[in-house]
Amino acid sequence: MKKTLVLLFLALLITSIGGIALAQEVVKFGIAEPMTGAMAVGGELCWRGYELAHEQKPTVLGKKIELVLVDNKSDKVEAANAVSRLIERDKVVAVFVSYGSGMAIPGGEVANKAGIPMISGTATNPLVTQGKDYVFRACFIDPFQGQVMARFTYENLGIKKAALLVDIAQDYSVGLANFYKKTFEELGGEIVSDTKYNTGDQDFSAQLSQIIASGAEALFFPGYFGDVALIAIQGRELGYTGQYLGGDTLHNPVLIELAKEAAEGLIASTFFAEDQPATPESEKYAKLFREKYNLAPDAVSILCYDSYNLMIDAIERAGSFDPVAIRDALAATKDFQGAGGSITIDENGDAIKPAVLVKVVNGEYKYETTVYP
Amino acid sequence: MSLSLLLQNIANGLSLGSLYALIAIGYTMVYGILRLINFAHGEIFMLAPYFLYFGFLIFHLPWWVSVVIAIALTSLTGMLTEKIAYRPLRDAPRVSVLISAIGVSFFLQNLAIVVFSGIPKSVHRPKFFTKIFQLGDIRIQSTLFASIGISIIVLSLLIYIVYRTKTGLAMRAISTDIETSRLMGIEVNKAISVTFIIGSALAAVGGILWSQRFPQLFPTMGMIPGLKAFIAAVVGGIGSIPGAMFGGFILGMSEILFVTFFPGSSGYRDAFVFLILILILLFKPDGILGKKVQEKV
Repeated sequence: MKKTLVLLFLALLITSIGGIALAQEVVKFGIAEPMTGAMAVGGELCWRGYELAHEQKPTVLGKKIELVLVDNKSDKVEAANAVSRLIERDKVVAVFVSYGSGMAIPGGEVANKAGIPMISGTATNPLVTQGKDYVFRACFIDPFQGQVMARFTYENLGIKKAALLVDIAQDYSVGLANFYKKTFEELGGEIVSDTKYNTGDQDFSAQLSQIIASGAEALFFPGYFGDVALIAIQGRELGYTGQYLGGDTLHNPVLIELAKEAAEGLIASTFFAEDQPATPESEKYAKLFREKYNLAPDAVSILCYDSYNLMIDAIERAGSFDPVAIRDALAATKDFQGAGGSITIDENGDAIKPAVLVKVVNGEYKYETTVYP
Repeated sequence: MSLSLLLQNIANGLSLGSLYALIAIGYTMVYGILRLINFAHGEIFMLAPYFLYFGFLIFHLPWWVSVVIAIALTSLTGMLTEKIAYRPLRDAPRVSVLISAIGVSFFLQNLAIVVFSGIPKSVHRPKFFTKIFQLGDIRIQSTLFASIGISIIVLSLLIYIVYRTKTGLAMRAISTDIETSRLMGIEVNKAISVTFIIGSALAAVGGILWSQRFPQLFPTMGMIPGLKAFIAAVVGGIGSIPGAMFGGFILGMSEILFVTFFPGSSGYRDAFVFLILILILLFKPDGILGKKVQEKV
């Protein structure tokens, strides 16, 4: 009798432990990206990166990872709501808000308050991580990017007069243009025309005519690639012959497809160049990406891929799903070998990594140079 | 500012204005006859270049054939939206139809995101549309001539249809009083369908020309042009066809000239356009060429 009782007890114990293990087998990663609205494209690109990374590494610490995707509708308020939902309803252990600094800033605010670690793959505006202990990023920040492009314009291209065409609706564009302007003027260059537009505008003829009349030898337009494709085409149609320059958003094969020959010669700062792989991971990524999507890899997907892996790496080093432990592990990241270059996280939670400059030649991005921080 | 910059911007303004004018005609026509602001006009406008894209690139039809098919399919969509979303509300308060129109607009936009995906698509441009005409320092895209030419043809066709045909007579009768027209034996539903077919065909022509001038397709591409065309129609006097054309040119020109004179504030150009709308509504509620409408008691 006693024996059977013990056995029964043991059996109960085993099933209950098994039950707990089964219930805990899934761990959720929350993703809030713009799947609809003006930046729907960016959300789609990001999703490809997460999806590919998830396929490669579907488990962490023996648990299955489930990706929970919420649409932030390209809207700042929705971005905050989306992150709240992920944390409160879906009980995610990690949050990702990548595309659009405008959405990553409010999203990060919420994640930080809730004490859930968040990584932004592509948001380059400094405010994304500023004063937020739980928010990190897998890319460099705009002051660095703007400075790199300004130096390149002035020193490597020897251009003294540049024009800006800025998307005032995007924190990314405004920030990057300001940093570019600051460095360019410090170097002794002159910004001869500083014009603006709004995301989704389609007619740029008036701004471009003004830029052409100002005699600018280079045009720096750090906007989203869809708008920039239209600017590039209209600029050439109106007779502009100067150099086109931009930031990481312009490293996107869709831009070349849209702008066709108008994109020729455009130079953009970005995170990687397919023809000059920075790490063995880059090569592997490019191959996987081409196999899965039959497309040339772009800068957005690669950073979302990296941010997923960065989070996994941190969780593994932390050895638990405790948010504080993950946060500490993320903050201590050093020489993480990502597909988009090696990543070291600095005291602000920003990635220290070199900028790669690419140039459009015969309808493809070609490696131009690397600038180290 | 140099004279050539001013002249170049006047050309830019005409070019933009001519496109607004073309879209505004379709807007104003539907309004003139049904007193319905068809907020889905911008989405109908967006569908046409997408249909053209699929006809030309996926089914490899000749470009001109794809254009005709795209216009036909767009007109059909326009007619169907009227049948499904507006006709059942014919006797409902006007605001219900307006809300239904906004619903159709959102529906079509999101449907386009799901079906066509959010990634912008490139546009095939026949040689004629990539041509640039150069007069001294001033460069003009050929779409300006195309849109002015097409607007004139469209305008004369419309005047012919509205004033010289039986259907046109029915349309004018409906615009005065739907109930009485019905009692007089006019086939109200048929005339309204024709109105929507013509209105959507105009949107389609506008959309295709727009995509030649701004060669990029994305699901929300019709939103701002649709809104601007609506403003153009209101500025010109909604319901008046010449007014819509006039409004379109005024709008395009003022947008461009605003940027010309205040390049530093170029980001506020849409705000400026809406300001114009408010001012015109304050001082001339019927629009510049609008007729004074007597309220029926």
